[in-house]
Parts: sequence; structure tokens; C-alpha cells
Amino acid sequence: MLSFVSSQFEVLRDNNKCIKCQVCVKQCANEVHKYDKEDNVIICDEAKCVCCHRCVALCPTKAIKIRKNILEFKENANWTATCINEIYKQAESGGMLLSSMGNPKTFPIYWDKILLNASQVTNPSIDPLREPMETKVIIGRKPDKLEYDKKGKLVTKMPPNIELNMPIMFSAMSYGSISKNAHEALARAAQKLGILYNTGEGGLHKDFYKYGKNTIVQVASGRFGVHLDYLNAGVAIEIKIGQGAKPGIGGHLPGIKVGEDVSATRMIPIGSDAISPAPHHDIYSIEDLRQLILSLKESTNYTKPIFVKIAAVHNVSAIASGIARAGADAIVIDGFRGGTGAAPTRVRDNVGIPIELALACVDQRLRDEGIRNNISIICAGSIRNSADIVKAIALGADAVCIASAALIAMGCHMCRSCSTGKCNWGIATQKEDLVKRLNPDIAYQRLVNLLTAWNNEIKEMLGGMGINAIDSLRGNRLMLMGVGLNLKELEILGIKHAGE
Amino acid sequence: MKEGQIRIPAGCAISGIIDKKRNRFNGESIIKSIALMHERSNGLGGGFAGYGIYPQYKNFFALHIFYDNNQIKAKTEEFLSEHFEIESAGNIPTRAVPSIKDKPLIWRYFVQPRIYKVRNLNMDEDEFTARCVIRINKDFLGAYVFSSGKNMGVFKGVGYPEDIGDFYMLENYEGYIWTAHGRFPTNTPGWWGGAHPFTMLDWSIVHNGEISSYDANRRFVEMYGYKCTLQTDTEVITYLLDLLVRRHKLPMEKALQVLVAPFWNDIEKENSKKAEELKALRAVYSSALINGPFSILIGYEDGLIALNDRIKLRSMVSAIKGDKVYFASEESAIRVICKKPENIYHPKGGEPIIVKFEEAK
Amino acid sequence: MIKEMKNITIEVNLKDAKTLNEEIKNSVSAYDEITLNNVYGQRYIGSGINQDVKININGVPGNDLGAYMDGPEIEVFSNAQDAIGNTMNKGRIIVHGSCGDTTGYAMRGGEIFIKGSVGYRVGIHMKEYLDMKPVIVIGSSAGDFLGEYMAGGIIILLGIGVAKEDQLTGKYLGTGMHGGVMYVNGTLPEYKLGKEIKKVELDNNDKKVIKNYIQQYKKYFKYTKDINIDSFSKYVAADKNPYHLLYIKN
Repeated sequence: MLSFVSSQFEVLRDNNKCIKCQVCVKQCANEVHKYDKEDNVIICDEAKCVCCHRCVALCPTKAIKIRKNILEFKENANWTATCINEIYKQAESGGMLLSSMGNPKTFPIYWDKILLNASQVTNPSIDPLREPMETKVIIGRKPDKLEYDKKGKLVTKMPPNIELNMPIMFSAMSYGSISKNAHEALARAAQKLGILYNTGEGGLHKDFYKYGKNTIVQVASGRFGVHLDYLNAGVAIEIKIGQGAKPGIGGHLPGIKVGEDVSATRMIPIGSDAISPAPHHDIYSIEDLRQLILSLKESTNYTKPIFVKIAAVHNVSAIASGIARAGADAIVIDGFRGGTGAAPTRVRDNVGIPIELALACVDQRLRDEGIRNNISIICAGSIRNSADIVKAIALGADAVCIASAALIAMGCHMCRSCSTGKCNWGIATQKEDLVKRLNPDIAYQRLVNLLTAWNNEIKEMLGGMGINAIDSLRGNRLMLMGVGLNLKELEILGIKHAGE
Repeated sequence: MKEGQIRIPAGCAISGIIDKKRNRFNGESIIKSIALMHERSNGLGGGFAGYGIYPQYKNFFALHIFYDNNQIKAKTEEFLSEHFEIESAGNIPTRAVPSIKDKPLIWRYFVQPRIYKVRNLNMDEDEFTARCVIRINKDFLGAYVFSSGKNMGVFKGVGYPEDIGDFYMLENYEGYIWTAHGRFPTNTPGWWGGAHPFTMLDWSIVHNGEISSYDANRRFVEMYGYKCTLQTDTEVITYLLDLLVRRHKLPMEKALQVLVAPFWNDIEKENSKKAEELKALRAVYSSALINGPFSILIGYEDGLIALNDRIKLRSMVSAIKGDKVYFASEESAIRVICKKPENIYHPKGGEPIIVKFEEAK
Repeated sequence: MIKEMKNITIEVNLKDAKTLNEEIKNSVSAYDEITLNNVYGQRYIGSGINQDVKININGVPGNDLGAYMDGPEIEVFSNAQDAIGNTMNKGRIIVHGSCGDTTGYAMRGGEIFIKGSVGYRVGIHMKEYLDMKPVIVIGSSAGDFLGEYMAGGIIILLGIGVAKEDQLTGKYLGTGMHGGVMYVNGTLPEYKLGKEIKKVELDNNDKKVIKNYIQQYKKYFKYTKDINIDSFSKYVAADKNPYHLLYIKN
């Protein structure tokens, strides 16, 4: 069948600069570049180009440029080129559309409509470089109050809590969806920074048990690689109920990505599909969640906090309240812009709600119920920079998780083709030759650099507000003001409009 | 706009005196002390708290209430008599002072909670009274309870503190603790409730500075039934203390360690058991950490406490003379009433000074 | 050296699960056999234990019996509730009665023997890895979605006391199955089968497997009647990667 789908990109080669070294040919796993020996030219199949910049970055003479293909359809505000091309693809294949990374649509980004406060005169700003500035946070369940005996001795036993040197963690990304080298970089960076990374639902590779003190192990509906040693390997266990990119949808790692190592880690045969059911089949109701939380606590002798991760959906505040009452130690809320290795396009682009609104309403609901202080709230789903983090914490989060930003730090160029398994940067792939391209030493250093810089930026913004501990930012919504938001949005966010 | 509808930052002067043997003295010296720091206030707020001033009514809650008008007074009194036995009610005596204008109706009631109501709700008298006070301040527009402890009372208003002291004729009251406050609000408060001290039951707080953690602290205490009607720092600090000490029953030293939590790197230097305890305090009560510049004097039934923020962004001096201990924003404000103090000391950042009576009540 | 067997009996009654499980865990090293009397729905018994110990249960244990279990043998002398053997790795659960839903959810190793029948979604997402091969033997009948998403392991349904073949299992048998094998004593009508499975002929190896587990069943439950091995049907996944044509890269 003749495909009507037009190429998304044009690959422009400056033949004056090109020295025919064929680096581009070797580097492109999508086989865009091809060397024609007879004519001594490099030819292009632009239809295969995903715009990952690998050839551009590695071309020694900078001879290659990638441009958006501006082939126009007749102008139509409704039937856009995307609409038309998607129909062509489905008409030609009968397949459901599958996308990678987070929702790219033009829905409002509330972070960009919120501005931060700073001190002037009535209280002093604090210089973070020279005076103490604390960004350490403690994640986990807290008792209602601390009790002392008559002699002034503390009698309350604290539930297991986790210290983070900064209010940032790496989100769950399974071994299988990303490469072993990527996992190694995340684990080592977490260790260096005093934070946590998350195994995702693919089990824990035997080489990485040594990073246990900086590891969250995840239990998802597929229960891949879940066994006693695994549950005890990290400092916390996360039950994955949902993911912001695909609320209500399960996962599916195709058998082709299940090689020897992934097979060993997930504990399934080589080449077998790894299907994560949409629900946990032992959780059909909120009281069943309590059962899973407690079975995990029981199996780890009540030594690990249990996180429950949900996608931000319409009724998120009631759900979060139920999770708190079900005995979870932390709730991870993942907004609709959160990334994914693969999600049905229609689900990714149309299901869920913005994290900013979800976070604000969950925090407020838990306060209305008087249980906010018992549980930690962790905010995820497209945290792009340190200002997003400061805003998230002021709205009410204890900490945030980042994934897309961490991948970008390692070299991801957001070509959003993870599902193909042909990541030219060695991140979202299991192909050995591609995985080798990601040097874990360098990727680790880039992650450490990014978060060190972000932590310094957070301190700088805190200092500007006259605050020297992040404790005093959490839920401090007076530090936020909206611009260009309507009354309802301001009400939900619990903030005032700038100038009010 | 009235204070409470907007949040008004303010700077200040504070002063306090306690007699450790509960020897009572009248309000003249505290007025003299706070008057010396005239420059630190701007005439938009002043006030005093005296402890031990109502010995004849020491078992009754003394409610001091501002009313905007007689209608709200009638409505509030209806609520009061429904919930309390009223032993005595009347105007708080004042004298005309030219600079004190637009005074509200200022009333005082000595009351005891109606026992059957307290029993029905399964709470103690303190909790019952606290809830009634919060209720009036939240729901009775134009009525404001500004003092609610036993054998203590607050006298405050819009004006310079020395004029307010004169207005309330504090020379006629004798107490064993006095605190005072001169306010420098950035805006016109619009009414008298916004002045310090701020109280809840026996707690009274005068406060200098502007806390940056306000909304984090406010949203934390409001989870426990408090309502910050004034939007002032002092109000939220009072509620934090009430929550930690009266309701959560933390020892006072621990409660203060919550408000000015030690830095993490100082906690790490402690032995592991102590570090665990301090960590637990910070973990559980991290939203009660007060951040930003402040120095406060806290009066309560056992004595007087002085506290500075963790990195000492406001000034505070203490001194001792005989049975008396003095605190003030400036040393000269102590010297003016105590020429030769024995022990001048500048409390460190985050170091609470707790002065308790030598004999318990 | 002959090891001396040491037993302990715990009277359970209305003890809360956390206390009971703590007692069990504290007894595991010192005793070879733990007997629990008067159990009333206490959850997570045997969960997270990775030692060889025998646990006898008199009374009805609660949900998640033997979850994440890695070694023990649990024998229940009555019915059991939901999600027994959840994500179990190693060990054996023997139930002298019937079980509820999601028995053996995501189990990766070990064996579950049920004398009577089981509820919905039993053996859901069972999977195998190397020499770890989970087995569920059901004496009588099963509810809908038996072996849903099954990715490995063995389910054997003996059909004891089931009058008609269409009552052996519910509908959607093996829906989403992509590994493992189910042996059902009888031939199921087509409409009961999930669309990802197919019926294949028994070979000699299959018969050996079935025979072996029937023998064990007979031993545990003192069942004496003959069961005809030749009447079993074998169901396997039609495709190891059933969903690879479902999606297209956008």
C-alpha cells in the first residue's frame, strides 16, 4: 500500500562540508543515512528520521541539519497536518497509535502562570551562599504528635522515614524501558546526591543491589522481579497504581526487548512479552489497597515506607485521601504531562489533569481532613526546572520526582521514539551497540551536575523569600501569585492573583 | 480594609518583666520601658499583657472583647450566656487620651464554662473556652475576643504604647508579669484587634519581626481547628504554642525546639539518641518551624519565655535584678527602669530563655 | 544426624494479624512446625518468610495467605479466602477446602493444592523463570478468567465432582495467556475459551506431569478414586507475543 504519510523532517546535508566519513551512517539506528559506494555519496531516507540530533551532534564537519518538513496541507485550523497524518497511519495499518514521552499538546502549563515572592524590607532576604540554607526533607508517615513521658523521654516510635538531601528523586523507569547504563547512572547519581532513584516495575538488576540505600523498589500489577530480596533491597517500596502519561492503562514491554539481562531481572523467559495488567488484580477497591500496603509491610517487617503512585485524574483528592487512610506513607501524584516509554496516543493526550491543580487540591483536601501531616506528597509529571520544584513545594508537595529532565540530562533529545527501542543515545534501548553509546560515568556526572545546580537554585530562591529551611516553603502559598489565571483556577491553586 | 482581610507586615519594639516570686507591681514601669523605644513604633499599635492582675477572679476566664457596635455585642453576649456562667460583666475602665481615637466598645467578662456543655462535648474547660473564642473571632463579625486567660489580661489598641497604657490606666493594675509591645505596621490596621499582645487562653505573645514561614505555619495550625482571623504572625505563633504545649502536651523545651529547630548539621553532631529525637521533632513538626526574623516574649501560667529566630535577625537583651528578670528589644529600655541590672545577656539565635516562677501556683 | 522435630501451637482467636505474624516469624527459626488454632481471618500468614517451616492452620485464614512466601509449607484444614500465594516464590500451600478469587496471583514458584473449587481469576499472571515453575492444582472447578495473562507455570484442574464439562471453568479461560500451560479434565466448549489460547494434543510428557500432580493430590487429600489422564485437554498460548500488531508508532 502506498503510504500517504509525509516525512516529518528534512535532512539537509551540506555536500561541501561532508567528507563521506560515514559517521552518520553508523550512528543512525533508524537507517536514515546510507552510503552509496558506486557514486560515493551519502543518501537519505528522511521518512525514517525521528529528529534525535545524533548525526548532527557527531558529524565532525557539522555538515548535517535537520529541519521541520514544511510540506503544507491546505490551511485548516481544524484538520491540522497532525490530524490528517494520524488518520493516514491508522488507515494504512489498523493499529492503535502509540506515542512516547509526555503529552506535547498546548494545554495550560500552570507552572508558567505562577510567580514567586521575594523579601523586601519588612523581612530580610537571606544569602544562601554564606548563611545556612536547608533543603533536606524527610519523607514518610508521621505520627499525629510526639509523646514524651514524665521524665521528658520521647516515647513515640517513629515509623520508617527517609532523608533526602534535596527534595528531588528520580521517577520510576524500569530496566527494559531504559538501558542498564542509564539505570547505573541514575543509581550512582542518587547515591552521590543523597537522594533516591526508582527501579520501576522491571525488577532490580543484580549489579545494582549495592545502591539499595538510594533505591525505591516498585511493585506494579505485573509483579515482575518481585520477591523477598527485592522488596528488602531498597529503602522504600512504591506501589504503582497509575502513571500520568497513561492513567488506567497497563504496560507492555514487547518480547523483543526482553533479552538475557532484562529476562533475569524481570524473572521471565527471554523473548516473553512483559504485560502489566491495567489494574492490580488484588486491588479492586480502596480496602484492597490497604491489604497490599500491609502485605508489603508485613513481608518487610514494617521497616520500609510504602509509597503509592497514582495518576492525576478527576477525583484525585478523594483518592489521595483514601490512600492516606489506607496506610500509605507517601503519595506520588503523577500529572498528565508525565513521560512514558510508550502509551496509546489518545490516552496520553486526553486523559488526566494538570499536576499543578491536582497537587493543590490534594494538599488542601488532606488538610481539610486533618491528615496532611501524616503523609508525604510527592509531585511528578513534567518538572522541568528548579522553579517548578519551588512552586510545587509551595503548593504543598514534600518533594518532586523527575524523569524526563533526568533523561534529557543524560542526552535524550526528546525525539519521542522510545517505543521503537532504537534510541540513538543509548537510553531507551536494549540493543547492545546502542546501550554502549551511553557512558555511565559521563551520564552520572551530568545528572549530578544538573541536580547540584538545581539545589543551588532552590536555595537561592528560598533565600530570596527570607526562608532558610525548605520546611517553611512547604504549603506556603503566600509565596505564589498567579498571572493570567481566572478566578476558578486561582481558587483551586489556593493562590492570589499578582497585584492583589 | 480591616486587618484580617489583608495581611499587614509590621516591625516593632517589645519589653517584658517578670518577678520570680510572684511579687506584684503596677503597670507604670512597663509603660516607661516601652515608651523609651518610641522610635521603633509608629503610633499604629500598642499593647500590654499583665499576669496576676485579677486575683479576686483567678478561677474565671477573663474575656476582653472589642465590639464594633451594640448589635454585635448583644448577639455575642447571647452566645456567651449560652455557653458560660457569667460571674461579672462590664466596661474595661479607660480614661480619655487625646491621641487615642475611634475606640471600639471594650468589655470584660469573668466567666466559667457551663459544665453540662463541656461534659457533652467530652473536652476540658480550656479546650471548650478556646473553641468558643475561635468561634466568636471567626463567625461574629465586629466582635473580637482579644484576651481569654485566667488571672491575666491584655490591654491594647491603635496608638503609641505609652498612650495605650495611659488610656487603660495600667497604674491601677498590679501583676507579676508584664509584657509590652509597640507596633510599626506598614499599613493602617483599621481596627484594634491587630495590635499585640496576641493571646489564646493563658498564652500571650508579643513579637518583633516578620515571619516568612507564615502561610506554611497558618495552614498547619488551621488543620487543627484554629482560624487565623487576623493574618498576623503573632496570632499564628500563639496557636502553634497552644497546639504543641496544651494540646499535644510537648514539654515546653521541646515545643520551643520545634519553633526554632536546630539546623540539620547541628543535629548530626549530637549523639545518636539525641539526634534521633531531634530528627523526629523536625520530621513531625516541620511545618511548625518559624522562619524569618523574630524575637518574641511568651507569657504563660508558669512564667515568661524569650525566643529569637535561628539566625538572630532581631535584637533582644535580657537582664536580672533581684527577683526580677527583664527583656527588651534594646538594653536602654531595661536601664530606664532598672539602673543597675546584674546580668546583661544577649540571647543567641534559637536559644530560648525560660524564666519560671520559683514556686508553682 | 537426625534433626529433632520441634512443634509449637499458637491459639489465635481474635489476635490481630500483626501480632500473630510477629509471633510466627519469631518462632520460625526455633520450630519446624507451627500449628495455629482458631484462626479467624488473620491476613498475611506466612508472608515474607524465607525459611523451611510447616504451618498448620485450623480455622479460616485471611487474605494474602503466603504472599511473597519463599519456602514454607502451609496446610489449611478448612476453606481459604482471596489472593492466597500472591506473588509467591517458593513453598507449598495445601487447602483442604475451597479458595476465593485471585489464588496464586503473579506466583513465580511453588505449589498450591486446593481440594475443592476456586473463585475468579485464579492463576492470573502466573509466570515462570528458569527452573522456577509455579503449579496450581484445583480439585473441582474454577470461576471465570482462570489463567488470565498467564505467562508461565502449570494449572491443573481435576474436575472432581463436576457433573458437566461446561461447568468445569467459567468463561474467558486463559484470556491474554502468553506462556505456561493449563490442563483441564474434560473438553471445554469453545465459548469458554479466551481468544489468545488454543487446545493442543497431550504428549507423553504432559501425561507424566499430570500423573505426578494427581498422585500428590491424592496423597494430600487422601483421595482414592481413579482419575483418567487421557480425558485431559491441554490449553496453551496461541502466540508468545499476542499484541505485537496492536499498535503503530505515531
